[in-house]
Amino acid sequence: MNVAIVAGKEIHQAIRNRWVLAATLLLAALALSLAFLGSAPTGTVGVRALDVVIVSLSSLTIFLIPLIALLISHDAIVGDMERGTMLLLLSYPVGRWQVLLGKFVGHLAVLAFATCLGYGIAAAALIVTGSHIEADSLGAFAAMTGSSVLLGSVFVAIGYLVSALVRDRGTAAGVCIGLWLLLVLIYDMALLGLLAVDQGRSLSAAGLDVLLLLNPTDVYRLFNLTNFANVSTFAGMAGLAQSTTLSAQVLLAALLLWTCVPLGLAAFAFSRSEL
Amino acid sequence: MTSTVRVREVTKEYGPVKAVCDASFELGRGELVALIGHNGAGKTTLMKLMLGLIRPTAGWLEVLGDNPAAGQFAGRRHLGYLPENVSFDAALTGRETQTFYARLKREPVATALKLLDAVGLGAAAGRRVATYSKGMRQRLGLAQALIGQPQVLLLDEPTTGLDPELRQTFYDVIQRLAAEGTTVLLSSHALTELEERAGRVIIMNRGVKVADGSIHKLRNIARLPTRIRLKIADLAPGEIPTWLPARAPFRRLNGHVLEIDAAPEQKIELLRCATAAGTSLEDLDVVPPSLDDLYAHFLRQAERLP
Repeated sequence: MNVAIVAGKEIHQAIRNRWVLAATLLLAALALSLAFLGSAPTGTVGVRALDVVIVSLSSLTIFLIPLIALLISHDAIVGDMERGTMLLLLSYPVGRWQVLLGKFVGHLAVLAFATCLGYGIAAAALIVTGSHIEADSLGAFAAMTGSSVLLGSVFVAIGYLVSALVRDRGTAAGVCIGLWLLLVLIYDMALLGLLAVDQGRSLSAAGLDVLLLLNPTDVYRLFNLTNFANVSTFAGMAGLAQSTTLSAQVLLAALLLWTCVPLGLAAFAFSRSEL
Repeated sequence: MTSTVRVREVTKEYGPVKAVCDASFELGRGELVALIGHNGAGKTTLMKLMLGLIRPTAGWLEVLGDNPAAGQFAGRRHLGYLPENVSFDAALTGRETQTFYARLKREPVATALKLLDAVGLGAAAGRRVATYSKGMRQRLGLAQALIGQPQVLLLDEPTTGLDPELRQTFYDVIQRLAAEGTTVLLSSHALTELEERAGRVIIMNRGVKVADGSIHKLRNIARLPTRIRLKIADLAPGEIPTWLPARAPFRRLNGHVLEIDAAPEQKIELLRCATAAGTSLEDLDVVPPSLDDLYAHFLRQAERLP
């Protein structure tokens, strides 16, 4: 009940602050432009328009969704403490974990709404303009949208953990930008470098799987680019898809774990903090 | 008298600083208690401890049957709090804010919204809090603290930023609540306002409770002199009335006014002498030591002790 009340207020605020509008427009604009411009290389005879969109859109999601999620979440605890609103809220009959969970539900709802609507518009536009779309492509697209929301929830949780641990908003923003750079860009480059240097001598396939599971963006990439046969052909990941032993279930479980662990840690840090 | 708030030997340290040091007291139902002390004396820290926002370094608290340090919060349904420098989410309107807080307390929203009218925010209820002035935010702060007939009210500097008219309304409201059994703990710098209203005063200095009791009791403990002002006709400059007891220190204020510092037990005797037949007394004022004087006295005393 308390969770629902807090979540409702967060959604209300996000609508009022035009967060919902901005995020939806941004995602819809990008999805639409990828749907129509991104299919240029395959030409108009390309039969699998939606599969191409999945490849390009999921690559873009890896950059964008974590950024939006961290933007919403890094301020959630430390910002409210600095503004003084947390002081009053915690004097009410509501547990700290309820406040955190309520915020999480609210922020995730905003993100899910923006993602589903933004990406849904792109898929609908492709259907309306008469592209040939197979049922399994549609399934893959729905899975991509759903896993994008899950990726968002991972980074909302990570943002909360940062927000619960630091002392001021500026630090929270800095740490979140650093984490974003690390997980989205640097980690993959470093992994690539490691693989190139190692030449398969000491790093086994299982070891590589573990390294990929340690980064939620890689889990998301694997889930979308290797799990659907047609998509992986376009993504050039068909080879990797055969070598990895990670099933879709394992990857989804990894994303869920990546949400629950930071969220749990954030709740613990928040319950210990004094204000 | 049942206690709603119990504080036992509570100490709160921030690093080397002792914000509250070994404080103990109990607050009962229907008590209107003034918590006074200068900035940094530990008033806000005490309230935060009662709310469980911070945990005591040592000692134990109980508020409405909850142990706030352990994260228990069921009793907070019947607790109202107004923080110093209250702030709200700027994007929401006053009405939405009040609705949100009423829901958290499981109180009827319609009743809570009436409080907005009571504090004079009725006309501005539909506006965003971001457009509110300091005084209006303070009014909204009061309105949320009063939701659902609280049994304990913690008010941190409640009257700052309120105009005199609303101050009067505010004190009427909390006095009514106290009469109905609410424990009201309020910290303030406006000592003259509290003097007539607070049934009990707790004075803090550097985290230490230095005095606790009704104003009457504190006056007895402090033994500060009562000032008696006498206006005497035909008093020549330099002349001392013959009936004046030799021990009483006095000052001449202007022309005919004589101000005498009377120790508590001297007071009646002095008045008897002054009003006895034969003196040319025109007017008389008795000024008991004010809360300001008592506060200064107890602080001086606390400073003298190591």
